[in-house]
Amino acid sequence: MVQPLNYLKESPSQTAGPYVHIGCTPNFTGIHGVYETDLGSGPLYNDKTRGERITIRGRVIDGSGTPLRDALIEIWQADADGFYNSPSETRGKADPNFFGWGRCPADMATGEFVFETIKPGRVPHAGRLMAPHVTLWIVARGINIGLQTRMYFSDEEAANAEDPVLNRIEHRVRVPTLIGKREGDTVTFDIYLQGENETVFFDI
Amino acid sequence: MKNALPETGGFFARDRAMHPPAYTPGYKTSVLRSPQRALISLEGTKSEITGPVFGHNMINEFDNDLIVNYAKPGEMAIGQRILVHGRVLDERGVGVDGALVEFWQANAGGRYRHKKETYLAPLDPNFGGFGRCITDENGYYWFRTIKPGPYPWPNGVNDWRPAHIHFSIFGHGFAQRLITQMYFEGDPLIWICPIVKTIPDEEAIKRLVAPLDMSNTIPMDLRAYKFDIVLRGRRSTFFENRKEGN
Repeated sequence: MVQPLNYLKESPSQTAGPYVHIGCTPNFTGIHGVYETDLGSGPLYNDKTRGERITIRGRVIDGSGTPLRDALIEIWQADADGFYNSPSETRGKADPNFFGWGRCPADMATGEFVFETIKPGRVPHAGRLMAPHVTLWIVARGINIGLQTRMYFSDEEAANAEDPVLNRIEHRVRVPTLIGKREGDTVTFDIYLQGENETVFFDI
Repeated sequence: MKNALPETGGFFARDRAMHPPAYTPGYKTSVLRSPQRALISLEGTKSEITGPVFGHNMINEFDNDLIVNYAKPGEMAIGQRILVHGRVLDERGVGVDGALVEFWQANAGGRYRHKKETYLAPLDPNFGGFGRCITDENGYYWFRTIKPGPYPWPNGVNDWRPAHIHFSIFGHGFAQRLITQMYFEGDPLIWICPIVKTIPDEEAIKRLVAPLDMSNTIPMDLRAYKFDIVLRGRRSTFFENRKEGN
């Protein structure tokens, strides 16, 4: 016999359901007076934040081509210099004026989500630099476990070409599903749950 | 001095056999919302093993008291008064301090306060149905609420959700992000619910069922239910193989 390992098991996921807004963005669903504002709403930057201002717009689209109007999207990203505002960031200190996390419910009519943020810097991984990217987490009714993906930038072709994560995707035809299309200050990123253009999702 | 290791390691690989798969036709909405292709495996980079810190100062006094946080002054929500409490742990058994725990639920009649909710049970004017807290240094959380009612939902022609409370948990890393639901011991609807049954493992389902906790039940006031939540474990970085640029 050997000693038992005695690790616990992660609690199983359950869908966020149709009413995730009540718990996570109550003001958005018209319930005022309990939380002053919805957590993670509004621009991720303030006047003092370093970096280039951008707006990320997108939709989460189901297998019939219909945008989800009840999804909730969270993003997490590095600051303009590639540092995360987190105790697990050991390489240096992040911009104190950039929290790096945001939460946005899809619009109940159009399904669009919008984040006003800054363009992140490059973060190293395994001795190489990753291209600038934003990490996303998507939940909704009908999604049994939160989906994890990334958005890269179309104006970073050279950096994307040497990104260690993009380079591990065997089917190169799928890489464009992770690239947000930049036009001016707006980056458009639609997420396809199924179909020919199904977005790459990660098991992290 | 506390002999604490810095939390810079990666997370334990997720055991997907304990989680519902994306495609679960018994839960009809999943059919068109489930990715069909294999997930791309990615050991955590800095982008996933880091996460924001939510301070205790963002929490208002009554955020964890659903009986009064939406009620008119001097009034209370209607329903069976309960305390829900427990710890947020990681798979090592370590309490996760500073975790953001958000919860939402139907009222005692099984009705949600939401624009898109159409069930005929009445709204309770004194019940909003949501709250939040941040775990203490041992990972402990607690809140007071009323027991939610079961309710019918459009899936099969006669499907009912068991009484449940939704939980969103934000631990120390974005890779730990989790949404789940808590069920109540003894509810016969648990075992016939299409959403519960998306979880393929019966033992895993049991870990979402909170037992009645008479030890913490307050005489002549409220009953307690104990619900521990486990997030992914984290490898300790006793020794780090530092590659250039890391």
